[in-house]
Amino acid sequence: MVEEVVVLGFWSSMFAMRPRVALTEKGVEYEYREEDLPNKTSLLLEMNPIHKKVPVLIHNGKPVCESANIVQYIDEAWKDKGPTLLPSDPYQRGQARFWVDYIDKKLYEAGKNIRSTKGEEQEAAKKVFLEILKLLEGELGDKTYFGGQSFGFLDINLVTFYCWFLTYETIGNFSIEAECPKLIAWFNRCTQKESVSKTLPDPKKVYEFCLFLQKYYGVA
Amino acid sequence: MAKNDVKLIGAWPSPFVLRARIALNVKSVEYEFLQETMEPKSELLLKSNPVHKKIPVLLHNDKPICESLIIVEYIDEAWASGPSILPSDPYERAIARFWAAYTDEKWFPAMKGILGAQNDEARMAAVGQVTEGLVLLEEAFQKISKGKSFFGGDHIGYLDIAFGGFLAWIRVTEGMGGIKLLNETNTPGLLKWAEKFAADPAVKDVLPETQKLAEFSKIIIAKLRAAAAAKAK
Repeated sequence: MVEEVVVLGFWSSMFAMRPRVALTEKGVEYEYREEDLPNKTSLLLEMNPIHKKVPVLIHNGKPVCESANIVQYIDEAWKDKGPTLLPSDPYQRGQARFWVDYIDKKLYEAGKNIRSTKGEEQEAAKKVFLEILKLLEGELGDKTYFGGQSFGFLDINLVTFYCWFLTYETIGNFSIEAECPKLIAWFNRCTQKESVSKTLPDPKKVYEFCLFLQKYYGVA
Repeated sequence: MAKNDVKLIGAWPSPFVLRARIALNVKSVEYEFLQETMEPKSELLLKSNPVHKKIPVLLHNDKPICESLIIVEYIDEAWASGPSILPSDPYERAIARFWAAYTDEKWFPAMKGILGAQNDEARMAAVGQVTEGLVLLEEAFQKISKGKSFFGGDHIGYLDIAFGGFLAWIRVTEGMGGIKLLNETNTPGLLKWAEKFAADPAVKDVLPETQKLAEFSKIIIAKLRAAAAAKAK
């Protein structure tokens, strides 16, 4: 059966990048469709009526929503194709899911707070952001990837934030590498992978886009 | 296996803790239930869940697993020989996880909105939101159950446990406000589901009694109202 795999996304969304990295890791061909978020397509609204957000994976016409959920689905639906993304041990799987849940609850907000505040508020935002990264750095330890020897579920769900770091650093006037060198080393290792380098946009473009949004819409 | 291989740190009123207890019951796992008073939090809780400092925490051979839905999946995978909690089909699994996350991220905050409401207007608005959510869950139930008793089919599964964790709180909220959140008009399927779920062998002995929970809820309501009042200032 010819498989139809479509991803609805937005180029700068670190969440929308996650399924694309996962599909490429698995060697699954897919069609990427860029959404114009102020003018969402009827397809997006039909496929994700609850949240109306990207990304959406449409597999043979059936939608899967919520990025981390999509990555797990990709691992399970194509379990015999490409590398296994989640660890096989139940405890390790629980840990990987825990940290992805932590990233989802904390990291986006923390980054957003850096780029949308000034002065003391921004200093506080930077502190929170770095604490989150340090905790993740501790979880990485001396491993090559969060998944151990292999690039996996937790790696995929975190790496997509990397293209936003230049934006946070420039607006926040700080160096993430100075505080979290091991984590930055891990990010650099990941960008050597084709699935990451092909999917993540140029950080400079992300920064320009952020400035554009702030200038014209007053939003961050 | 010795009983103390599995411990659950929790508290009887928590819907999240309830999820873990039901899952352990489905798998017939014996465990030690360590009741937290929550004020102050125990050393064991703070050590086992340093990131969130919340219950439930499952301790399996002293290794902690946190976050209720993650715990339920872990229980399903660690005791693979028992009845399955998640569906086996990848798409059905994705749908179950989607709706479980929805109950936590969208629906439950609206429920808290009812309990924490400062006045009738706020309460009615919150009831409206909760009802909208229940209508969506009813639709999902009709699609997913395919005419069977539970989201999981003939037996309770992941989504039954995820949503069912809130059942006693739904009943308390109904009693408090004299409203029927689950009713024949909006949620006929879920109305029937609720009875069957509450009667399930894995659920009935751990589901909090509505009256007891209603008494306890007065403390929670006071806290939620204080928090809402502080936020409004």
